[in-house]
Amino acid sequence: MIALNINGHTQQLDVEPDTPLLWALRDTLKLTGTKFGCGQALCGACTVHLDGQATRSCVLPVSAVAGRKITTIEGLHPDAEHPVQQAWRAHDVPQCGYCQSGQIMSAAALLAHNPKPSDADIDTAMAGNICRCGTYNDIRAAIHTAARKMQKGHSA
Amino acid sequence: MSPTNAMDRRTFLQGSVAAAGGLVVAFSLTPTAMAASTDSDHVFAPNAFIRISPNGAVTLMVSMAEMGQGVRTALPMILAEELDADWSRITVEQAPVDEKYNNPLFHMQGTGGSSSVRAFYTPLRTAGAAARSMLLDAAAERLGVAVADCGTATGYVIGPQGQRLSYGDLATAAAKRAVPEHPTLKNPREFRLIGHEIGRTDTADKVRGRATFGIDVELPGLLTAVIARPPALGATLKSFDATKALAVKGVRYVTPISAGIAVVADGFYAARKGRDALEVDWDETASSSLSSASIRATMTELLDSNTAMVAKTQGDPDVSGNRRIEATYAAPYLAHACMEPMNATAHVTASSCEVYAPTQAPGPNRAMVAALLGLKPEQVTISQTYLGGGFGRRFCPDFITAAVEASKATGVPVKVVYTREDDMRAQYYRPGAVARLSATVEDSGLPASFKARAVAASINRASGFGKQNELDGQAVEGLASWPYKTANIHVDWAEYKAGPGVWFWRSVGCSQNIFFAESFIDELAHLSGRDPYEYRRELLKDEPRLLGVLDLAASKAGWGTPLPTGHARGIAVAESFSSYVAEVVEVSLNPDGTPKVHRVVAAVDCGTVVNPAIVRRQTQSAIVYGLSAALWGEITVAAGRIEQGNFDTYPVARMPHVPQIDVHVIESTAAPTGIGEPGTPPIAPAIANALYVLNGRRLRELPLTKSV
Repeated sequence: MIALNINGHTQQLDVEPDTPLLWALRDTLKLTGTKFGCGQALCGACTVHLDGQATRSCVLPVSAVAGRKITTIEGLHPDAEHPVQQAWRAHDVPQCGYCQSGQIMSAAALLAHNPKPSDADIDTAMAGNICRCGTYNDIRAAIHTAARKMQKGHSA
Repeated sequence: MSPTNAMDRRTFLQGSVAAAGGLVVAFSLTPTAMAASTDSDHVFAPNAFIRISPNGAVTLMVSMAEMGQGVRTALPMILAEELDADWSRITVEQAPVDEKYNNPLFHMQGTGGSSSVRAFYTPLRTAGAAARSMLLDAAAERLGVAVADCGTATGYVIGPQGQRLSYGDLATAAAKRAVPEHPTLKNPREFRLIGHEIGRTDTADKVRGRATFGIDVELPGLLTAVIARPPALGATLKSFDATKALAVKGVRYVTPISAGIAVVADGFYAARKGRDALEVDWDETASSSLSSASIRATMTELLDSNTAMVAKTQGDPDVSGNRRIEATYAAPYLAHACMEPMNATAHVTASSCEVYAPTQAPGPNRAMVAALLGLKPEQVTISQTYLGGGFGRRFCPDFITAAVEASKATGVPVKVVYTREDDMRAQYYRPGAVARLSATVEDSGLPASFKARAVAASINRASGFGKQNELDGQAVEGLASWPYKTANIHVDWAEYKAGPGVWFWRSVGCSQNIFFAESFIDELAHLSGRDPYEYRRELLKDEPRLLGVLDLAASKAGWGTPLPTGHARGIAVAESFSSYVAEVVEVSLNPDGTPKVHRVVAAVDCGTVVNPAIVRRQTQSAIVYGLSAALWGEITVAAGRIEQGNFDTYPVARMPHVPQIDVHVIESTAAPTGIGEPGTPPIAPAIANALYVLNGRRLRELPLTKSV
């Protein structure tokens, strides 16, 4: 059994220690918002937060994350009202939507560390997340919108 | 898939006016996953697309696959417009498999060919108007007034004294009315949904991880299968030893299926570990000599074959001119690389089969599964989930066949999941192609003749959707439709019959043939000392819609105005899926000599626009998809094996690569036409044409970074 702290709750999981976090989330905990895309940390569809850092869960064995704070798309905000999710809705970003959990988690981690990212910062932070629908320009605009909203929130 | 506008209107409008009472199994794409409802819940079901309950709930059925292109928004908008439903209160539901939901263009329930809006625009308007008419009739009778004195407004019939009768209140009475065959449609000037930027109905679920894709399907007792597949083209199974695979914790079954050997386990990771542990002996002798070089050599020979099939001939193609220009182009095989790897879930019993799948073709899937299992079609259900990308790939049933076979062999529900490598090597590729284009040019610089020989494998042969050993129109589309005024034309196709498997890929034949044609017309312009935009203009005088988008794109891009040093523009224009798109790109060179695209200005004429935001975003999407292919996309073969397997070896556009993209849509009252694909074809030639201006090098082969 491995104890994992996921979305604020500690849970005991009966999984092999080498199981990637992605499959513990999806197959064992049925948290299917985090997606499988490549299995090699190349596409970002599986992005979660590990102690607040955007992390690819498809190559991360659960044995390496015991006791660390894991946040998935389901736990980003209880009512899906994280400023990034609000901005994603305002810009109607998703098309097929499959990569968007990972995009949102990468964007939220970026803004947590860099409240006012430049376009170059966005390029760097988001380069690991592939979108085959090509929603990149809407993602960029939504990140800027979320940044403005979070700034206002802080100054208020 | 033979497009036709004909549709049996009577069949379509035959209402299941409540009395039908059949069980509607609807796969609700929400966390609740599945919801069954009977028609009796929806007392008013005047046709297959609209259900209204006494409590006022309006359910609009979507029969097309939602793979990002926005059908779960655009199609209900059309219905709700004519129904005058309250958009803020409608529920969208994915339709089950039923002939009533057949795509009128294909006569099957399938999504492809940029067809959803153009095929369903008039049928859905008619369906909505018929329901509205029946609600009006019911209200007029109840109020004792003339129908002509009543109107509708967002979910209510409004009587002559301003009485408001909700659609829910009228549902039972409306169900007793006859379904009108020729209901009056709205004047487009009255539209309050169509033509407006209505937000997508699927966004809220998609930003919180709640949209159910195929890979997310959950059933009691569901196991996951990963398949050991032949490592090379034509390889066959000699033998296997399951001992080590079965020793992996969680592995339950190892069973051969037609695609290979299914390793079935408690979850994906155990299945993959079991697959990796499986000992298999393959016979690879069949195609071990096949390589990209040998494929190219055979295709090049076919450029001179005398067995080609003629796609178009007009005038005297061998007419002499001032001079003759000839160029040979090439395009590689391409994978779709949908973000969601191929997968499907099946539960087979002795008398039934339930399939849950991210599929573009549930209608054909049901017939295929029934035949596979010896069941009647009505014993098979296909529930369509959200699709994590489609691009044509999910019209192929390979993943459903695998799931059905694995479930049948094990007797338990099985979800087959492809690894990314399985997905990329499954061999359903955009056909690799070579083409030789030639023209004779008059003293004026204008073409007197145009000839094209295309060489590519047949998608019709591979898919079975079209006739074999006859002209495959997809191999020549974009060439046979050469739009530039030329008196003498000859276009033919020599079929390449070997190599990796081929399939429909976003914009199909136009994805390579427009690269060839729009590069070639650009070559003609430069060789004639003419501006490529002005040269096209002159030759498109009789093509007003192509000219319209060409002019709009050039104007919005500032064609001819100065650019920073080291930047150049390129232009291309094409008709595909009955829509017209022109693109102007601004390109410079990266330090390593590869192209950097700074800006794309696109002009689109897709007739009547249902949702301008979706049209704009689909065009951006099609451009980014085409950008990946133009710059990097290439599937290659060595010793019979596909060399690419994941995004490290098959690079695609990422955030830093994507240019500013401005999309301008022509206002039109013409019938709506395709939008999912038409943005893709012009981007590759536009970039190549800009590179020629930049450094004088004419790149005639995709991907463009290959020649740097």
